[in-house]
Amino acid sequence: MRSRHLLLALPLAAAAAGGHAQDATLARNLAATCANCHGTTGVAKGEMKSLAGRPADELLKLVADFKSGAQPATIMHQIAKGYTDDQMRLIAGFYAAQPAKR
Amino acid sequence: MTHQTFNRRQWLAAGAALAAGGLSACAGVTGGPSLGRVVVVGGGFGGATAARYLKLWGGSIDVTLVERNPTFISCPISNLVVGGHKQMADITRGYEGLVAAGVKVIQGEVSAIDSAGKSVRLADGRTLPYDRLVVSPGIDFMPEQVGGLKAALDSGQVAHSWKAGPQTVALRRQLEAMPDGGVFALSIPKVPYRCPPGPYERACMVASYLKQYKPKSKVLVLDANPEIQSKKALFEKAFSQHYAGLLEYRANSELKEVSNGGKLAKLEFEDIKADVLNVVPPQRAADIAVAAGLVNMNQRWVGVNWQTMESTAVPGVHVLGDATFPAPLMPKSGHMANQHAKVAAAAIIQLLRGEAVNPTPVVMNTCYSFVTARDVIHVASVHQYIEAEKTFKTVAGSGGVSAAANQIEGKYALSWADNIWSDALG
Repeated sequence: MRSRHLLLALPLAAAAAGGHAQDATLARNLAATCANCHGTTGVAKGEMKSLAGRPADELLKLVADFKSGAQPATIMHQIAKGYTDDQMRLIAGFYAAQPAKR
Repeated sequence: MTHQTFNRRQWLAAGAALAAGGLSACAGVTGGPSLGRVVVVGGGFGGATAARYLKLWGGSIDVTLVERNPTFISCPISNLVVGGHKQMADITRGYEGLVAAGVKVIQGEVSAIDSAGKSVRLADGRTLPYDRLVVSPGIDFMPEQVGGLKAALDSGQVAHSWKAGPQTVALRRQLEAMPDGGVFALSIPKVPYRCPPGPYERACMVASYLKQYKPKSKVLVLDANPEIQSKKALFEKAFSQHYAGLLEYRANSELKEVSNGGKLAKLEFEDIKADVLNVVPPQRAADIAVAAGLVNMNQRWVGVNWQTMESTAVPGVHVLGDATFPAPLMPKSGHMANQHAKVAAAAIIQLLRGEAVNPTPVVMNTCYSFVTARDVIHVASVHQYIEAEKTFKTVAGSGGVSAAANQIEGKYALSWADNIWSDALG
């Protein structure tokens, strides 16, 4: 009985690990679409806002406020509407995990 | 301060990369085998970004960038040099950041691409074998479509200034030499051409200079298109608000012939005398794309698989930027080339590893245009890959333009440039 559980559990664990790696690559790819303005690792120059090291919840709240108009913007209200909520979660998670300064 | 520290670290990293290379050449134990060899042809926004991200994401991939120019000179912001608001040094960057990232940078000219033999031949005789090739060639011109244009461009009588560098300087000098009361005529070709809002920004920048220093002069915008091709209402507002009486916009004014030493622009029904004639010529994918057999769309552009940026004509060759036949509403811009490069870099790494490529790539574009030395307008768009249609499409309800020209975006525009140059070049 126990060994049967173990046999069942192994492929599930492997599938979960594969999915995680895919998510990480997808998050990296999606975050890269923001990088030309916000810096390759989310540390921006000049007037642009850095994203690196900011909590994912804070970034997601900001994006939601851009979308709703609660947070005024010159351009981010238009760009934020181009990504799905799932994509934004991956992007926010990616930048939250980057070191705030190089 | 931060910048200096960054450079020092980059050079330290370069040293470490060289040391690691030496070791792996001996035994191949420490670094592991290379994932493959990628050659990148062209070090503009697309090619430089591809080279940098292939190293950033691919690690052990051997990446070689071939670029004919010694430095990167940015087309975005170059209209400010024409207008006298920026200097060439402000839009020029080196390739040392890519070298520090582990990219082998070769200044040279590609003479041929052997896609069957998977190698690139350089004009100096060297041959670079590759497993995957990236071609980010930019555009070349079709001056033969306008009578007398090729001779006028070749002799320097007429500047195009649609590739930043000596052409930018040449136009600035012509503008400085123009007498007060002179006529500056700008010819815009039919779409598609590189940077849709660029000509209208140029008109504004030239007008901003003349308004201050030679106010009796005139700017004539001769557009082959039936209307302004990007940010139309915002440019119309800028023309009337800042340059009334100085700048005149004429739609449906296709240039047919250049004569009289580059001082006469012949349209279908009218001849226009100009003291300075600036012609943005009709464009196509650059010569190397033609020579490599990559041009398969309308005899002008390169068709690509948008999931990988791989050419639909030549397997194993990924094409980026302005040379591509665009997806719907996708602009030819440096920003978009940078985005193409990231899709290509991710796909190339996965293809070299034998993995499935990302089924849902996303690209986006932001383009800022200066209408005065400080006031800026933008257009932005987000493009999601639609598997069923095998193309990128803009997301309904996303994107758009500035509510009005403003100085906050004037600051953002310059920061945009700083950040994208660093994203591409390190």
